Amino acid sequence: MKHLLPISLLLATVVLIQQLTLWTDTQFYLTQLTMTGYYSLLIIGLCLLLGYAGQISLGHAGFFAIGGYTSAVLTTRDFSLHLDHPLLVVSDRLGLLMSRADYFGGEIIHFHPWAAAALALAATMIIAYLIGVPVLKLKGHYLAMATLGFGIIIYRVALASPIFGEADGIFEVPAFPLLAGLSISGDFGSRVSNYYIAWVLVAITMFLLLNLINSRVGRGLRAIHGSEEAANAMGINTASYKLRTFILSAVLAALAGVFMTHYSSGIGPSEAGVMQSVRYVAIVAVGGMANLWGALTMGVGLNFMSLRGMFGTYDEAVFGLILITIMLFAPQGLLRLSLFNQLKDLLLPASLKGRLSKPGRKEEDGTA
Amino acid sequence: MKKLLLTTIIALAMLGFSAVAAVAETIKIGAILAVTGGASFLGAPEARTLEMLAEELNEQGGINGKKVELIIRDSAGSPERAMSFTRQLIEEQRVFAIIGPSTSGETMRIKQIAEGGRTILISLAAAEAIVNPLARYVFKTPQNDRFAAMQIFKTMNDMGISKIAVVSGNTGFGQAGRNQIAQIAPDYGIEILENEVYDSRATDLSALVTRLMSNREVEAVVNWSIVPAQAILARNMRQAGWEVPLFQSHGFGNIRYVEAAGRAAEGIIFPAGRLLVADVLPADHPQKEVLVTYQENYEARFNEPVSTFGGHAYDAFHILVRAIEEAGTDREAVRDAIENMQGFVGTGGIFNFSATDHNGLDIDAFSMLTVKDGQFVKLEQ
Amino acid sequence: MTVELFIQYFFAGITYGIIYAIVAIGFNIIYNTTGIINFAQGEFVMLGGMISISLNAFFPLPLAIAGAVLITMMVGALVEVSFIRWLKSPSVIRMIIITIGVSILIREIALHIWGESVRALPYFLGDEITTIQILGARISPQVLWIIGVCTIIVIALSLFFRYTMHGQMMRACAANRTAATLCGISAKNMVTFSFMLSAGIGALAGAVMSPVTYTEYDIGTGLAIKGFTVAILGGLGNSMAAVAAGLLLGLLEAFSVTVVPLAYQDVIAITILLLIIFIRPHGLFGRKDAAGLKEF
Repeated sequence: MKHLLPISLLLATVVLIQQLTLWTDTQFYLTQLTMTGYYSLLIIGLCLLLGYAGQISLGHAGFFAIGGYTSAVLTTRDFSLHLDHPLLVVSDRLGLLMSRADYFGGEIIHFHPWAAAALALAATMIIAYLIGVPVLKLKGHYLAMATLGFGIIIYRVALASPIFGEADGIFEVPAFPLLAGLSISGDFGSRVSNYYIAWVLVAITMFLLLNLINSRVGRGLRAIHGSEEAANAMGINTASYKLRTFILSAVLAALAGVFMTHYSSGIGPSEAGVMQSVRYVAIVAVGGMANLWGALTMGVGLNFMSLRGMFGTYDEAVFGLILITIMLFAPQGLLRLSLFNQLKDLLLPASLKGRLSKPGRKEEDGTA
Repeated sequence: MKKLLLTTIIALAMLGFSAVAAVAETIKIGAILAVTGGASFLGAPEARTLEMLAEELNEQGGINGKKVELIIRDSAGSPERAMSFTRQLIEEQRVFAIIGPSTSGETMRIKQIAEGGRTILISLAAAEAIVNPLARYVFKTPQNDRFAAMQIFKTMNDMGISKIAVVSGNTGFGQAGRNQIAQIAPDYGIEILENEVYDSRATDLSALVTRLMSNREVEAVVNWSIVPAQAILARNMRQAGWEVPLFQSHGFGNIRYVEAAGRAAEGIIFPAGRLLVADVLPADHPQKEVLVTYQENYEARFNEPVSTFGGHAYDAFHILVRAIEEAGTDREAVRDAIENMQGFVGTGGIFNFSATDHNGLDIDAFSMLTVKDGQFVKLEQ
Repeated sequence: MTVELFIQYFFAGITYGIIYAIVAIGFNIIYNTTGIINFAQGEFVMLGGMISISLNAFFPLPLAIAGAVLITMMVGALVEVSFIRWLKSPSVIRMIIITIGVSILIREIALHIWGESVRALPYFLGDEITTIQILGARISPQVLWIIGVCTIIVIALSLFFRYTMHGQMMRACAANRTAATLCGISAKNMVTFSFMLSAGIGALAGAVMSPVTYTEYDIGTGLAIKGFTVAILGGLGNSMAAVAAGLLLGLLEAFSVTVVPLAYQDVIAITILLLIIFIRPHGLFGRKDAAGLKEF
């Protein structure tokens, strides 16, 4: 099995960080690290789509929101008045419904978090399919605009519909019982377990994606990225490859949305906003586009700093500055350190350069 | 059961920590405010007010000889960041109490965290759901939207208006107002003919005004939003030659908005705390001194008019300070002191808290104002 | 619907539409010379409004607006010179991320200069409640100012590109950069000039619309999104098409109020635009090859 080593290293780092916070009595860092983990799920999924399949999406926060809102609605709204609806009768028979005491002491009937999560992911798959078929026929800026439009629609619907809580969003989302004794929730007591849940999930996803891009599918994707016409001529069903990648990354975003919603006990329209989508794309770009590890690292770094509020009211400004700086000086992502090469270009006389470096390639940062 | 036990132990342990922290020289007060982003019209004046008050207090020697350390976090209106910051303030900074957040959506998301962390939270957001159902450690200073709506409807009854159009912005503020209006309108025999929600970023509402105007039965318009939409709506209505009375929410409470709407603001009727008419209040009014002091200090320092939102932060800070003065630095005792506080004179009204009321204001906190010659004046009927 | 009502909606739609169109034209000018979408275009509009309001405290209105346009053009040139000019054949996505970063930076700087409060220039003629009757509908003279100034911008631009040396040089660069360079045109200067031009028209539009729409530090994002949508819908690079697409979107928004709840206005408008794009993947008036040229 390939990639076991880096994944083991990732897991070792995860454990090491947790132990470090334990020794230094700084376990409060785990809260932001857990949230960061969930956002990272979305970011590596987007990286697959953007960097490997070469398809831009400015609407991924929309998929995050579909996942989060669906599971929030199904687990918080009271369905007791609609129990004779055929769909709910079936759900009840299947044991998908449960009841709990609501805030005012009454009883509400709602979906089990597992059922809600399954429905959320299924809904995402269907929507991603329906959107993907026409949208992925578009190219370049036209593709960007279409996905942006999709994101705006989701944001507007969330903001306008009473069932989604309008501007206030949905709160009081219950914990997600994962296994006996393990549940995803923001309780002070289950902080460590939640940190591990999030990061094991990230590790598993990384493992699957790394294997995917080194398989036949991955080679097909890269061929599409290089030249769609050539890939088609080689017998790769480009439309189907693109669509499947799109759906996969949408489902990962929705999964992040579902778990984040249960962890933070709610979701609001700010998570669905267009700027949020732009932010994700920017993070993938500064991570180095076709670089899952780069996207993961940048995602963790930037989200962690933002969630910690390190820059106060300058948070956005610092984010903008980081984008510009990395794109100017290290266009292939910070982790590929072309900064080093540029410095070398600047400092060394031309005669030496030939001996030190291979013939320079034209700039290639994961885009055709 | 085991989990419950574990949670209790951790909670007790944290309580222990906080007790240790409280012995220290300063009293840490956290604040989570939307200083930037879409709700910055709330958070920015709130943050300025708190900074000013903390500085004043420390110059005067603090509370019972202890200085106050104010930690302001900018949530930019995002509930996720508010959540992250709440935990930081509680676990890491071990703050004594938290003031904020500015919006209802954020407050509702962190209500349980504050409860779990046994930290006093004085929200600056208006939604009634913040204090109903009651949470042990959660208070709020803004008046309930319900009272604002009731005052508007009372005025409408006096004016003989019974058929209205309601428009509101798509923010938490607009949402809360719209829901309250729909709920209590029948009690006053008022029928809502039109109910529209517009984008709070709207740059022009003339299409909406045209739509509403085509319904000839509408006798008045109620608008529940923030600037700039409330000024744009007023202009578009008057430009269209539609002369029905325009009622605004208490969010209109900043003279800047009147300036922004210009002549179109004339005759707008809205409920507001007494901060805006501080200078015309009779000298023996109980709030007069508080209001004038806050207004003069704030305007001298920041060179901009006071707003009711900054006033909410003023009230929250002083309620906390007074409770600490009375009860020392034991958090439970301070919580009880707030809950039992009677007759606290703030900018929003006279607060009378109780075990069932963590807001402490009643309908008298609002009075109806109108705009005359570019100034706020009391509505004469 | 009566004639008055129709006219009233129509003017509301034209006002929104022409503003979107101006932002879209700004996108197109830069796109034509560089192949990138400059997401800081909305910020130029914001700067135009903000700076003219600040200058208006010291200078008469026309001078304040002229000053604001000039300063914003300088900002545009500065952006190009510091972030775009010296890059060697950068990729499209890299340029886009850079412009997004620039837009965030400008916005945050504006926040720390002007604060979060909302501002506006005074009405050019009359005041807030002055109106002019047109076929029974009542229109604010400022709306006519907006429509008038934007129309003049559009006409002047098309004359500029057709008849002036500079305009023809820019068109040459857009058509074939290498060939233009061989003919002795400095493509780099043309790019700088295109940034200044689109910053200038954005700023002018921002100043003229501010009495009606108000200006605050973060209006740029919303405008950029609408402008981008309109530019794509018309067909990238085609300024006349952008005007048509802008008016279409504006009218859609205005008239949709009569049938759907206002809260869902954007949902309806964007859905219709998406359907158009699905049927005509190169925009309403775009050429097929143009859409294929610049990819991510």
